[in-house]
Amino acid sequence: MAAESARGRRQPWILLSPSLATISFLLIIPMMFIVVYSFWLRTATGADQVGFYLDNWQEVLTDRYYRDILFQTFQIAFYTTVICALVGYIPAYFVANTRMRSKTLLLLMLMLPFWISYIIRTMSWINILGSSGAINTFLIWTGAIDSPISMLYNQTTVILGLVHYLLPFMILNIYVSLDGIEKNLTEAAQSLGCNGWQAFREVTLPLSFPGLAAGSLLCFVLASGTYITPLVLGGPRDAMFANLVFEAIVTQLNWPLGSALSLVLLALLGVLVAVYSRYLGVDQIAKSFR
Amino acid sequence: MTGWSWIRIATILVYLFLFAPVAVVILLAFNANQFGSFPIQGFSLRWFEALYHNDAIVRAFKTSLLLGVLTSAISTTLGTLAALAMVRYDFPGKRTVSSLLVAPILIPEVVLAVALLLFLQFLSLPKSFFLLLMGHVVFTLPFVVLVVQARLVSIRRDVEEAAMSLGATPIQTFFEITLPLMLPAVMAGMLFSFTISFDDITGTLFWKPGGIETVPTQIFAMLRNSISPEINALGAVMVIFTVALPLLGTAIARRMSAAKMKSAKT
Repeated sequence: MAAESARGRRQPWILLSPSLATISFLLIIPMMFIVVYSFWLRTATGADQVGFYLDNWQEVLTDRYYRDILFQTFQIAFYTTVICALVGYIPAYFVANTRMRSKTLLLLMLMLPFWISYIIRTMSWINILGSSGAINTFLIWTGAIDSPISMLYNQTTVILGLVHYLLPFMILNIYVSLDGIEKNLTEAAQSLGCNGWQAFREVTLPLSFPGLAAGSLLCFVLASGTYITPLVLGGPRDAMFANLVFEAIVTQLNWPLGSALSLVLLALLGVLVAVYSRYLGVDQIAKSFR
Repeated sequence: MTGWSWIRIATILVYLFLFAPVAVVILLAFNANQFGSFPIQGFSLRWFEALYHNDAIVRAFKTSLLLGVLTSAISTTLGTLAALAMVRYDFPGKRTVSSLLVAPILIPEVVLAVALLLFLQFLSLPKSFFLLLMGHVVFTLPFVVLVVQARLVSIRRDVEEAAMSLGATPIQTFFEITLPLMLPAVMAGMLFSFTISFDDITGTLFWKPGGIETVPTQIFAMLRNSISPEINALGAVMVIFTVALPLLGTAIARRMSAAKMKSAKT
């Protein structure tokens, strides 16, 4: 009997060991390495000087250039998140409260963007906003303008692209919380004298807050870490922080500097995730997979 | 009820916003216009033909396919085992394990990409297809765990216990009872990891060795030159591939489980 329960105790670890080994070797240990790497130094000859140098950190933390781009990155991520929340709440509310048949269809359609390639969805805006895109062609055809107006390659289009990419995450997370709300709660509020808007503001909105928060966290973190959208839809001045990382690692091969840069991004977003999971728990995000 | 009508109209507009640009890509892919842009001048398959004769694209497609299949095979196997452990057992440290398993989602992909790349460089392993594969496995793994876990919860334990009490060994029970019941969940995990891998560009650009392109990185490289009509055709193929395949998969899985239910009843 004792042997039996010892085996029972070992069993989950046997099942978990391949995954945990993979994550340790491919994630945990490499993460420790970038911490070590960030204190090394790239010498003029291109070799890495092993040791404990604070030069990279000093450069990353004091150089105005990095600070400005970091600020710009969080600004873009913030706008994206707020727009996603505002634009995403209404369809989430509709899907949660509509009849069963259209609900299934709308939910299925909401999953579709996850399957459509991110790079395709991003570049599709060039067909809409580009100089020979849908809008310009239409305006020239109607005679409203003579030559195409330039709408692409600025911060607004970067935000547009990110909203287009991240909106399904937001809608799905809000939907999950709205769907969990008992219908009779709002009915009760209304029978106690609230009008529809009051019932929404006092009951539904607060109860959907966990989903709103989970969606916002996902949007903000994913938007802050992107470097493809600014490359495709942004202009030369719209670089985001991850572009700097890519530049340092892949183009300049300055790994120590790239390590320090990625740790800054990780630390700032880590604080956000930690605050979030302290108050709301990471479980909320997992709910949208059910 | 006017409020509700406004909500309905807003919802339709948001859905249009989500899908219209992609619809335009597909529309332009069939456009006969020699620049492949507006105005649309008739139906043509010439861009798909050009695609088929473009060696770089065909090669990229094969690479993506191989990468996606291998990634989904490995990470579904690992992820299913982990999901089983998480759903079926209570053990000390479960919360820590659970956060470890979803860690790759919470870390920005750029950081993950840098970390793995530098680690491999430190071990003096060059960039290779293998690195690309390992990278894809580590960031698809949490999605598989979450998806499979979510569906495993609904499988009732007593069916297995019944099999065991009727004399089946644990191994027999797993293959005869648990695995067939789990199959839809496992397939969902497989499709999900395949699509994520097939679509990935963020990590792939860091990890891919020179000369190897996947479909997304190939599209990205083509975009740097100019938006050529071939990109729209390639986009259309990608959309059909990554949307139709999972839809087909779910339909088959549903039919299979429906057939199984029927045969179980008779």
